[in-house]
Amino acid sequence: MAVTEEVKTPDSTPEEALAHPVTSTGLSNEKIAMWAFLGSECLLFGALISTYLLYRGRSVVGPFPHDVYDIPYTSVSSFVLLMSSLTMVLALAAMQRKDQRRMRVWLLTTALLGATFIGGQVYEFTVFYRAGLSLHENLFGSSFFVLTGFHGAHVTIGILMLLSLYTMSAKGRLAENRVETVELIGLYWHFVDVVWIVIFTMVYLVPGVK
Amino acid sequence: MSSTHDTTHDEAFSSPDPAMESPEPGVEEHYPDEWQYIKVALILFLITMAEVGIYYTSGARRAVITLMVFMMIAKFALVALYFMHLRFDSKLFRRLFVTGIILAVAVYLIALSSLHVWQH
Repeated sequence: MAVTEEVKTPDSTPEEALAHPVTSTGLSNEKIAMWAFLGSECLLFGALISTYLLYRGRSVVGPFPHDVYDIPYTSVSSFVLLMSSLTMVLALAAMQRKDQRRMRVWLLTTALLGATFIGGQVYEFTVFYRAGLSLHENLFGSSFFVLTGFHGAHVTIGILMLLSLYTMSAKGRLAENRVETVELIGLYWHFVDVVWIVIFTMVYLVPGVK
Repeated sequence: MSSTHDTTHDEAFSSPDPAMESPEPGVEEHYPDEWQYIKVALILFLITMAEVGIYYTSGARRAVITLMVFMMIAKFALVALYFMHLRFDSKLFRRLFVTGIILAVAVYLIALSSLHVWQH
């Protein structure tokens, strides 16, 4: 069992104690919890991707994937999300250098790239819906919208966390030594990116290979 | 706090689990610099471009799909190892994440195989 105690030396401030807790593992409990959470999320998205694969090619009525997919458009969306991972890690690097001004710039850039991805997904959903594809139209529609919708919800939660972090920093409520707070949100953000890497290949590209 | 507890606590620190060999929390000097992050992002961009390029080529379907899955795994690994710092952080974090991945892949591969998805 991990035991957490604050370091209390005559010189340590409450913020320093918060940033460097002593645990029985020597590792941050919050970071262990985040990795355990991300490990469990693999099972959630694994179930959704498996459901999509199970129903692939079993729809009796259209629209079918090749009727609605726009691969160049989705490739640009994927690129936007990939680059948001870069800006997120640059935000963390800035925080490690105690440069909060630059960190805020990168955080806002990451949130904007995430919002661009979500905007693209909303547009894509709208186009698909106008083409006759809905959640209950056929098996493809059900599994596609549930999978990509869950992923989109995760990205949206990530954007809200990024904006909260930005606001905390802008108001001076983010102590310089709380690097781990930025790192934990970064881990979540990178996770939604790696999930999209799998979705892009398994859901968009592979079924269309001739 | 009792002295017994202190002793146990000290022992826990003096003989750490090999899985937890890592820099202390908050120590960042083992992480890559910004240029390395940019290089990784460039590689990710190139792999994505190659994936889309392969999508439009007409070749042996099985070979193209294998190549795409290989590229997907490469992208996944690059993000996890460099952006999520799994290459530089404690092995315990890597084990937690990899356990989730292995469990998910094994469970769903068995489930999909039992439903004859690959023959469809």
